[in-house]
Amino acid sequence: MIPSDAGLHERSPYNFGYLNEVTKRMLRRAILKAVSIPGFQVPIAGHEMPLPPGWGTGGMQITAALIGRSDILKVIDQGADDSINATSIRRFFARVSDSRTTISTREATIIQTRHRIPEEQLSNGQIIVLQVPLPEPMRSLEPSETVTRRLHAFQDYGMLYVRLYEDIVRFGDAGGGTNHPVLVNGRYFVAPSPIPAFDNHKLDRSPALMLFGAGRHRRVYAIPPYTTVENLSFDDRPFVARKVEGRCSLCGSSESYLDAISDDAGMRGFVCSDTSFCATRRDRERMGGGS
Amino acid sequence: MLVAIRGGEQAIENAERLLAERRRGDPAIPELSIEQIGEQLSLAVDRAMNEGAIYDRHAASLALKQAQGDAVEAAFLLRTFRATLPRAGYSEPLDTASMQIERRISPILKQAPGGQFLGATYDYIHRLLEEKSPDGFEPLISSRAESGPISAPHVADQLACDGIAERLPSAEPKTHVSDITRDPVMHPANRDLRLQSLAKADEGFLAGLANSTLQGYGQNFPLVTEIRVGDVAVDFKIPELGFAVTIGYVTLSECEILNKRLDAQSAEPRFTRGYGLAFGCSERRAMAIAVNDRALRGRELDEAVQCPIEDEQFVLSNADGVEAAGLLQSLKLPHYVSFQAELKRLRDIQAALTQRGEDAL
Repeated sequence: MIPSDAGLHERSPYNFGYLNEVTKRMLRRAILKAVSIPGFQVPIAGHEMPLPPGWGTGGMQITAALIGRSDILKVIDQGADDSINATSIRRFFARVSDSRTTISTREATIIQTRHRIPEEQLSNGQIIVLQVPLPEPMRSLEPSETVTRRLHAFQDYGMLYVRLYEDIVRFGDAGGGTNHPVLVNGRYFVAPSPIPAFDNHKLDRSPALMLFGAGRHRRVYAIPPYTTVENLSFDDRPFVARKVEGRCSLCGSSESYLDAISDDAGMRGFVCSDTSFCATRRDRERMGGGS
Repeated sequence: MLVAIRGGEQAIENAERLLAERRRGDPAIPELSIEQIGEQLSLAVDRAMNEGAIYDRHAASLALKQAQGDAVEAAFLLRTFRATLPRAGYSEPLDTASMQIERRISPILKQAPGGQFLGATYDYIHRLLEEKSPDGFEPLISSRAESGPISAPHVADQLACDGIAERLPSAEPKTHVSDITRDPVMHPANRDLRLQSLAKADEGFLAGLANSTLQGYGQNFPLVTEIRVGDVAVDFKIPELGFAVTIGYVTLSECEILNKRLDAQSAEPRFTRGYGLAFGCSERRAMAIAVNDRALRGRELDEAVQCPIEDEQFVLSNADGVEAAGLLQSLKLPHYVSFQAELKRLRDIQAALTQRGEDAL
């Protein structure tokens, strides 16, 4: 399934995909383990990538371990292909591998992303690689790694529910900003990375494989295709995915996640955060109008 | 129409070009050579090698030049270079007792067996900034050349034999030593993983933590048993030969400390020990590592873990300068999606509270 690409790449002084083959094997083993135990955080050894830790190096390590010559890579940051960090990561993989890159969600075999899941329906065989700053959903409640590991082992998630209860009592709010914890396969709670809660439903029974990489914290975890994913919530206080009301001023979409923008005159409006989704809609409209 | 402003490929290329210009500075001033950096800024090179976790003076000099002298950036460049190198194998354990000593002091002894050598140190030099470069010095006729290489046994070994200092388990060659470049650091972490993590940690952070415990955060006030700086042979077992040969020498700084806290577990109470080792002439670093090492041994010695320096997860997960700088600076990445989502939540909560207030009236 994953082509092996040993040997020096002709255009780059580095190995294909930058990492050496021994490191890739270590990462692939960790990824296989993560897929076998959905939602479990698998430790990996630390490896520096040419971007600073905290800038997507966990995602980059997964991508580097998986990418082969037949892959087509898409990189987005905040949903945008042309965001500066996405551009920088895409340039890096174009430099150290022969793989093609794309901005089309449909065409991509690997999509590395920060803080968003594409709007378009993902398909069988696609791999979504999410960059994760903090892999532990209970870290803000319990600083000790030893303790949180034990809590996961005993499936003791009381503190997550207590925090949710306190939020409801104090703010009348059942969470749902970003990084809202999800229960994977009815077993492990995971941090979905700081995606807006609007995106959480896309994790549930997705046909695509979702891989999460935390570079600084050296963890990999996975949501395999078609796995049940539930939001942290109470039965009588259901989870609400919020979204601003408005329309994209470029493509007119009201269903997609919107970014607020304003021009120099202070005029405010919205555009799709998913640039590829927005462009596809506009293309379709143009072609439809022309015929 | 409203258009979101985005940076792209062109912006990155321009930034790269501008940076190259800044790095070079005024073209009328001669460019620094790698050799000049290696020879004349050797302590900066040593620090880059330590925090870059690779013993390569040329690469470290190059990294410092490319990083405009920034220690964290230089270490980062060395780390990414190192991450691509295959591992050829593991050397034999270094024998620092056979170090060819350039400097060696033992502050707890008036006379140390093997002698005390001040070596090249800033310790007793008055730190006065001088405009004129000290180029009028007379070269020192090295007494070492006459007397040959000096080596001396470790003071701490003698103290252990005398029943004063804690006795270390003898180095069993077959014992598995963890490797942080291959094994994940899991908590609780054993001493091999801790010492490896401390070896590449940010020196300022280690010195700060060491200072915290000297100031009373934890009972870890130490005495320095010995500091030594010099060259040590690296022996590597060649499979085809079946025996080890010396493949090179590395300059190392080593520090051993004693802690007056006694080992409560053993039948015969003794002073406990801490250990620090660093590349190059880096004795401040080796001392900081030794103090941190001792403070982190609480679990092993059945002591209460109460202060930041004694908490291994706190120390190990924050001590790496490259990692800390990376996460801190990742706040510069775009966060408009998360901000938007949190803002929406805030507005909803505010609206709900206003509604509640109106309903109460």
